[in-house]
Amino acid sequence: MTKQVEKVDRVIIRFAGDSGDGMQLTGDRFTSETAAFGNDLSTLPDFPAEIRAPAGTLPGVSAFQLHFADHDILTPGDAPDVLVAMNPAALKANLKDVPRGGTIIVNTDEFTSRALTKVGYTASPLEDGSLDGYKVHKVALTTQTVKVLEEFDISRKDAERAKNMYSLGLLSWLYHRPTDSTVAFLEKKFAKKPEIAAANVAAFRAGWNYGETTEDFVVSYEIAPAPMPKGTYRNIHGNLALAYGLIAASHASGLPMFLGAYPITPASDILHELSKHKNHGVRTFQAEDEIAGIGAALGASFGGALGVTTTSGPGIALKGETIGLAVSLELPLVICDIQRGGPSTGLPTKTEQSDLFLAMFGRNGEAPVPIVAPRSPADCFDAALEAARIAVTYRTPVFLLSDGYLANGSEPWRIPDVADLPVIAPDFATGPNKVLEDGSEAFWPFLRDPATLARPWAVPGTPGLEHRIGGIEKQDGTGNISYDPANHDLMVRTRAAKVAGIDVPDLEVDDPSGAAKVLVLGWGSTYGPIQAACRRVRREGNQVAHAHLRHLNPFPANLGRILKEYDRVLVPEMNLGQLSMLVRARYLVDAVGYNQVRGLPFKAAELAGVITNLIGTTDAVEGVGV
Amino acid sequence: MPELLKLTTKDFKTDQEVRWCPGCGDYAILAAVQGFMPSLGIKREDIVFVSGIGCSSRFPYYMNTYGMHSIHGRAPAIATGLAASRPDLSVWVVTGDGDALSIGGNHLIHALRRNVNLKILLFNNRIYGLTKGQYSPTSEQGKITKSTPYGSLDAPFNPVSLALGAEATFVARTIDSDRKHLTSVLQAAAEHEGTALIEIYQNCNIFNDGAFEKLKDSSVRDRHLIRLEHGQPITFGAGEDRYGIVRMPDATLKAMPLAEAGDSVLVHDAHADEPDLAFALSRLPDPATLSPTPIGVFRSVRRPTYDTLMSDQLDDAARRLGSGKLDELLTGSDTWTIG
Repeated sequence: MTKQVEKVDRVIIRFAGDSGDGMQLTGDRFTSETAAFGNDLSTLPDFPAEIRAPAGTLPGVSAFQLHFADHDILTPGDAPDVLVAMNPAALKANLKDVPRGGTIIVNTDEFTSRALTKVGYTASPLEDGSLDGYKVHKVALTTQTVKVLEEFDISRKDAERAKNMYSLGLLSWLYHRPTDSTVAFLEKKFAKKPEIAAANVAAFRAGWNYGETTEDFVVSYEIAPAPMPKGTYRNIHGNLALAYGLIAASHASGLPMFLGAYPITPASDILHELSKHKNHGVRTFQAEDEIAGIGAALGASFGGALGVTTTSGPGIALKGETIGLAVSLELPLVICDIQRGGPSTGLPTKTEQSDLFLAMFGRNGEAPVPIVAPRSPADCFDAALEAARIAVTYRTPVFLLSDGYLANGSEPWRIPDVADLPVIAPDFATGPNKVLEDGSEAFWPFLRDPATLARPWAVPGTPGLEHRIGGIEKQDGTGNISYDPANHDLMVRTRAAKVAGIDVPDLEVDDPSGAAKVLVLGWGSTYGPIQAACRRVRREGNQVAHAHLRHLNPFPANLGRILKEYDRVLVPEMNLGQLSMLVRARYLVDAVGYNQVRGLPFKAAELAGVITNLIGTTDAVEGVGV
Repeated sequence: MPELLKLTTKDFKTDQEVRWCPGCGDYAILAAVQGFMPSLGIKREDIVFVSGIGCSSRFPYYMNTYGMHSIHGRAPAIATGLAASRPDLSVWVVTGDGDALSIGGNHLIHALRRNVNLKILLFNNRIYGLTKGQYSPTSEQGKITKSTPYGSLDAPFNPVSLALGAEATFVARTIDSDRKHLTSVLQAAAEHEGTALIEIYQNCNIFNDGAFEKLKDSSVRDRHLIRLEHGQPITFGAGEDRYGIVRMPDATLKAMPLAEAGDSVLVHDAHADEPDLAFALSRLPDPATLSPTPIGVFRSVRRPTYDTLMSDQLDDAARRLGSGKLDELLTGSDTWTIG
């Protein structure tokens, strides 16, 4: 039969199934095909913390959402156009997000009365009319997969497992995805089990062919490649980009990297990745605990390495004392906090931005630490380089505040030219820096660079510069122990001035018309949803400005001026108002918070509504003639 | 070569005023370490002392080498990062019984099992000194202190037993006031490749004075002190009153009058593959009376060091894959090009 081909500009697909159904893998493969095809894309994996939650239950549902388009997009999308539901639990957990008229592909084999009862369905939603209004495709995915694989010498269980590849094949047909990379991927993944590899490839192709032949699907869709700036691209996850950024910083500074880390979700992938790259001189140390992880990194920094520790909120809570020591010793250290829902264990696999105060203030004493936050998965690369630049230049620990959404989300990344990367200069001390009254020369470990207030970094092995540093207050200049009141006051103020004086670029404002009265101020991973929301608001004919902070400590010098240029300032955050409290305190600006802690990124449509409402209030004020 | 470096004890002293209490055992240890350092034949700039928090942890300020006075309990972790990233350095950790065995217990046992090239000097005075006199994890049970007016309830750690249980490759014990013995143990530790733990019985004359008096007082110490020497029979005592250590049928060790013990006196083997003799020796003293207390090297065996293994992995990767090229890494294998 001849099938129709329809052109669309963007699609949002959500794959959902049991934790063991391979939905993350399916999503990843579809993403790779889509990246290779040249669409712009953004992804959102959403999975439970349990490795294998009880099968067929609502808490066990694992999902992967992918948004791809023929134009520049910013988020994984608000609502799926297509839901692939591998069982009743996946349908029940995700149906509420699918707008009426959306497409639902279900694996009918799993809709047994037992499976339905398990999630509280009294009748099958496939038959009781509750899916009226959706385009439902009922496919016996398991049966069809097993039938295709009858001739393979594999167990029934292995055959059933290949149903995710069957569904991937079907979706790949539906959206005209290139298939070569998936075939190559399967052959490599199962290289040691060629029969399993062949079976998965067969299931994948059978899914494709089913789409082409069945009368159930009469339309397939084309999404043209998106125009993007010239360059070579790859698809990249936030944690991978962050790891690459750290390695790039090691190359750029000539400092060998030392990572001290303890396994923790969602940061562990950075440890995994860095541990592969020993030929780049990267030392990775899986420590006995979070405290040892940062301790070892700080010890390595003392020895002249680029010390790095990676963790999430609970780990930062444990590292606090050592961060304070790093502030006091004034040694470079990059502290990566891949934020997750809190407090305590919280939501290990879900995203949140609630560690901003922890990064700003979570130490005893006056212990300022610079903070850098990436805005998108690919931006984790640049943000990691920037964190390392500040750490090395100013001899200070630096927070890199990523989060679970950036860590596991992915997007196309234009691979930078290595020659264009910033140079980071460690400028190790090589000789005495002080002439004493008697004319002799000495090395003073706390005699600062007058411009940056950074102290000299003299590493062991350098003759003549032997010195002792510690967490006790130091005398200005000599670094000797000092309990002198005036000296302590001076040192506290000097450390604060050093961080406050860090050279950070001015904040740029996206205000195309220049006529906006409302400014949306964000930081970190909310960039995509906020920017998408602003575009919606503008498409509707309203004016709104967007500024997004990469540097949260110190703030860009022009932030205060920008905030005062707008009638209203809206600060959307995935916390209860941490940045808004900081800007209110610092700039006396009546910032309005919009806050959610649902473990998921903001939806652009919802934010657009909030912005539009706020714009309405400014108009009203004008109308009254105030 | 010490001769070439021509360093003296004076070279290892700093201009900082030493601020321990007059009469503290730390002075004797500092003098012994400063006196021993020139014999190492290592340049001052290649030596680092790292400490935690406590009286003993002020030590680095008085050593004219590189040094870091860090935070409570974490010195082994910090030193691990330094030693693992800089195998060319000689890294020493100075800690106390509270620092190493209470707040920092986890780091100590993991440093020992990893066999990082660290020399750990554990000053054990069986009390918290800097916080003014609370009982410590090595205090005898029932200890009356400010925080335990009715007597402490917990059983103490035996640091040598603990280290042996933590897979330590080198464990020794010595006494602050016995400079010759202390120096000989430092020498043995310095020669050892890997983590060396030296427990140093150290007198806190303010809060726990005389804790080790019977091991120090020349009129009685020979009755309580066993000087372990590899390859030598394990004996102690004075005059006619001499004992040998023998293994009983139930495998426990016992002190037996020499005349009675005869040939059955055990010969010390610090290099034995299994740590059972060392462990049994560590259990000999009564925790309350500390008699009879073995000092010297309990165990010294060879095992690859963590820092060497780590460097070997890096070298091996560079040999197999070539030195890492950043542009190749960033490009990866799955790309597309526009333009």
